[in-house]
Amino acid sequence: MSLPFAAPALPLHSAGPYVAAAYIVFVALILVYVVIMVIRVTRNQRDIAKLADELRARELQEEHDREISDVA
Amino acid sequence: MAPPSYSRGLRGLSLLTVGVITLALALVFFYAPLDANQGFIQKIFYLHVPLAIVSLCGFVLGGILAAIFLRTGDRRWDMRSYCAIHMSLILSVGGLVTGSIWAKASWGHWWVWQEPTLVSYLIVILLFATYQPLRFSIEDPERQARYAAVFACTAAVFVPMNFAMVRLATAYVHPRVLNLEGGNLPGPMKLTFYISLLGIALLFATLMKFEMTAKEARMQTRRLRRSLLGDDAVTPLKRSAAPV
Repeated sequence: MSLPFAAPALPLHSAGPYVAAAYIVFVALILVYVVIMVIRVTRNQRDIAKLADELRARELQEEHDREISDVA
Repeated sequence: MAPPSYSRGLRGLSLLTVGVITLALALVFFYAPLDANQGFIQKIFYLHVPLAIVSLCGFVLGGILAAIFLRTGDRRWDMRSYCAIHMSLILSVGGLVTGSIWAKASWGHWWVWQEPTLVSYLIVILLFATYQPLRFSIEDPERQARYAAVFACTAAVFVPMNFAMVRLATAYVHPRVLNLEGGNLPGPMKLTFYISLLGIALLFATLMKFEMTAKEARMQTRRLRRSLLGDDAVTPLKRSAAPV
């Protein structure tokens, strides 16, 4: 094995892109995960809104039925 | 039993995570001195090493949570174990890629197969990468949870064993950042490293909590739909690797 750990330090202009790439990969990874989670949470919120609408419609229908039975 | 509220404290934890990671980045680029041997490229270590440590600890945590599930039979522990392993896999991919970038800059190779630390880390990742396909292959949720928990426990035991074996190996070129004596980092570098480690650990905790909150919200929506509109209104669950 001839790979020396104590290799000569890369000058800033050579090392910079590698360091930037490492940090960009990390940010991109987290960003992709967060976007996926946001999509999932938005879908769930849409489901909850639909449920709330159906519940409201059901309550209105029951109220309407009650009024009709009271009149009768 | 009241359903667990995973969202409790999530906002505070998220803000703390953002704060600590911002502080860590500031320390990495404006406070920590340049390494005498490696120069600027050593800045990758403040990201790569915490990612590797936290992901390995996350795999072990997944195994411990799975053992609690096997002991109690409470499905919530299965979900916690699943989320821990899921997050660890994501962070380990980050650790692997950032490590490869460092290796290319420092050694001139993206990957060195003769290096036991690299190969053993890859083996652990590949081992846990089979966790989700294993879950997906089992349709019955009860059996899925049980088999996955047994797998998670066994694989988690492999992590410290692997770590010890690599430490015992003599021929390595991978630098050692920490040891029982606290490592050979000078003070400012050590402080920066520990803050970075804390930041990544907090990121793991936040994302895991976020994932559990999202899953719990999804389950609660299904339960609500079933109780409001009846069983017919709820579409049958598709086959999934995630706990239901």
